[in-house]
Amino acid sequence: MLEFILERGNYWAIIGLMMIGLYITFAATNLIKRLVGLGLFQTSIVLFYVSLGRINEATAPILYGDDYKKVYYDAGHGASDAVSSTGHGAGGEYGPQVLENLYSNPLPHVLMLTAIVVGVATLAVGLAITVRMREAYGTVEMDEVRAMDLEVAFAEAADDAEETQAAAGAV
Amino acid sequence: MIDYIASLVPADVAAHAPALLIAIPMLLAPIATFMPSGRIAWLLAILGTFASLVMAIVLLAQVRGLEDGQAIAYYMGGWGPGEGGFARPAGIEFRIDALNAMVLLLVTSIGFLAAIFSWPSIVAEIRQAKRAMFYATYLVCFMGLLGVAATGDAFNLFVFLEISSIATYVLVALGSSRDRRALPAAANYLLVGTIGASFFVVGVGFLYAATGTLNMDELVVLLPAQAGNKAVMAGYAFIFVGLGLKAAMFPLHLWLPNAYSPSFVTTFLAATATKVAIYALIRFLFTVFGLDFTFEGSSLIWILMPMGIAAMVACSFQAIFQTDVRRTLAYSSVAQVGYMLLGISLATQAGLAAGLFHMFNHALMKGALFMALAGMVLTYKGTTLNDMRGLARSAPWTMTAFAIAGVSLIGVPLTAGFQSKFALVTALLESGWWWAAMIVVFTSVLAVIYMGRILEAVFFRAPVNPNKKRKEAPLLILIPLWVLALANIWVGVQGGFVAGLANDAATSLFIGGAR
Repeated sequence: MLEFILERGNYWAIIGLMMIGLYITFAATNLIKRLVGLGLFQTSIVLFYVSLGRINEATAPILYGDDYKKVYYDAGHGASDAVSSTGHGAGGEYGPQVLENLYSNPLPHVLMLTAIVVGVATLAVGLAITVRMREAYGTVEMDEVRAMDLEVAFAEAADDAEETQAAAGAV
Repeated sequence: MIDYIASLVPADVAAHAPALLIAIPMLLAPIATFMPSGRIAWLLAILGTFASLVMAIVLLAQVRGLEDGQAIAYYMGGWGPGEGGFARPAGIEFRIDALNAMVLLLVTSIGFLAAIFSWPSIVAEIRQAKRAMFYATYLVCFMGLLGVAATGDAFNLFVFLEISSIATYVLVALGSSRDRRALPAAANYLLVGTIGASFFVVGVGFLYAATGTLNMDELVVLLPAQAGNKAVMAGYAFIFVGLGLKAAMFPLHLWLPNAYSPSFVTTFLAATATKVAIYALIRFLFTVFGLDFTFEGSSLIWILMPMGIAAMVACSFQAIFQTDVRRTLAYSSVAQVGYMLLGISLATQAGLAAGLFHMFNHALMKGALFMALAGMVLTYKGTTLNDMRGLARSAPWTMTAFAIAGVSLIGVPLTAGFQSKFALVTALLESGWWWAAMIVVFTSVLAVIYMGRILEAVFFRAPVNPNKKRKEAPLLILIPLWVLALANIWVGVQGGFVAGLANDAATSLFIGGAR
């Protein structure tokens, strides 16, 4: 049991961070804090993807040692070069890897670069909205904002009711 | 007609239609940013949306030429199988089948009409210096929605979803010049929308961990072997909830009513944003996963169907008790999403076709309703029921179009809403869900009540200000408005074209899923 838990340490960390982020996003009333929670939530997803790309005893996906030579000098000679994905080995097959060293999977990292950019853009828009909200309401506490909105809504409803009565009286 | 328009486009252009569809608005957006005048940016937006509309028509013609279940595959940068030495698709693939083509046609045609109609609304709402920026944002949002509907790559779908969503948050927040309540609405939408998209991307991560691919077509092949895998089940759940949030599925819809403000933005969002999310949901339910997965079947029966019905009933009731017309329409939107989900949850070809048909028609009616509302807000005070009183006398043309769309929303014969609700009821009865068919009829009666209240106020009450002269919405609003209103009648009288699109889409999903 303990082994089961420890083996998946990264997932526990990710789930923990994700839930903390989610909780902050919903429970905080301050918009800035909510955005912080959102950032935490998104970061946990980045961690999730990055840990997916990890392979035991593999190193960073940068060719080194003989692999480098194999890829950049022998490409085109052997049919079995693994770097057709870099475009060098045109005509090569996307097949079993014959590289000597183990490399971790770089694709999730690349995906997360995009996701980080998306997260930054979201945060920027969120903060811009926060600034505008502070200008319009004088506060960024969502419950206070809601209270103000409710007051306005009740006032409008009362106005409307009066108007309706006046109209009914006129008829 | 479609084939004729498609034949006018040069073959070289038509071959790259899937990419150009996205690329044209994407490239025009930064150009629009630098335009000194909003008017030029407006023309650019019209140009971009029109070009995309033409591309969507070309794609529709191409897809119709294919056999059932076939799709146009377009590999970005030539990174496809058999090209550049790859046995499997290594890059991003755009994949257009009958369903994609239908959604693309819907988004581009509404986007084009909305772009034309936007100008008077924008002039009234946005400072001169910011108008060019507004159109850039609009083009980005439009491009993102098209990207979601065109891509065949699960992660790429997330990116496009977020591109369109981030632009949407900005557009919603812009409503604050009229009503500051748009700001908290936009903030809530941002938080909820981002959580939805993040859930989706977690789900995609699980699928990637299980199969090692992000290409939807590859996932179709590789997933069945992993059907018992818990990671795949978790991925399914995350994707289901994430896209459900974006599509305003019943208990996840609370962001929507506040985010719909009476302006140009809502017209576009109400008619496209949730539709595209529903498309993505259908794509994952019926193509990527498929009915062979037992957990999917039970999620359709035990989650999607009850939630669809709950949305239809609860939100129709909520719509009745609103005093603000735009909120009535927003709650009605959630209820209509319920109809679509009910059709999908049948998991039959007829049910899916009915859901898609209703999706298309709902875009036509809500587009027209919100357009009329936006036109009215320009000249008259507000959007509460009291403000709407007697408007038919002041603006008969605008309000007649509003009434046509409203009647279509109720589902009166000879309108689009009737055709798709009829298709839905037929599909429900075919599957023996007679009680669900009765609920559809019952909620249509609720629609009679909430639309009836509005129409009664508009047509039969004394005007708020009887001395006011007749004042229609500007011509730029009236023309797209009437195009949509007439489309409602056209689909209602002769529903063959749209029903055919929906049927083709459902067929391609079921044949594609059987591979």
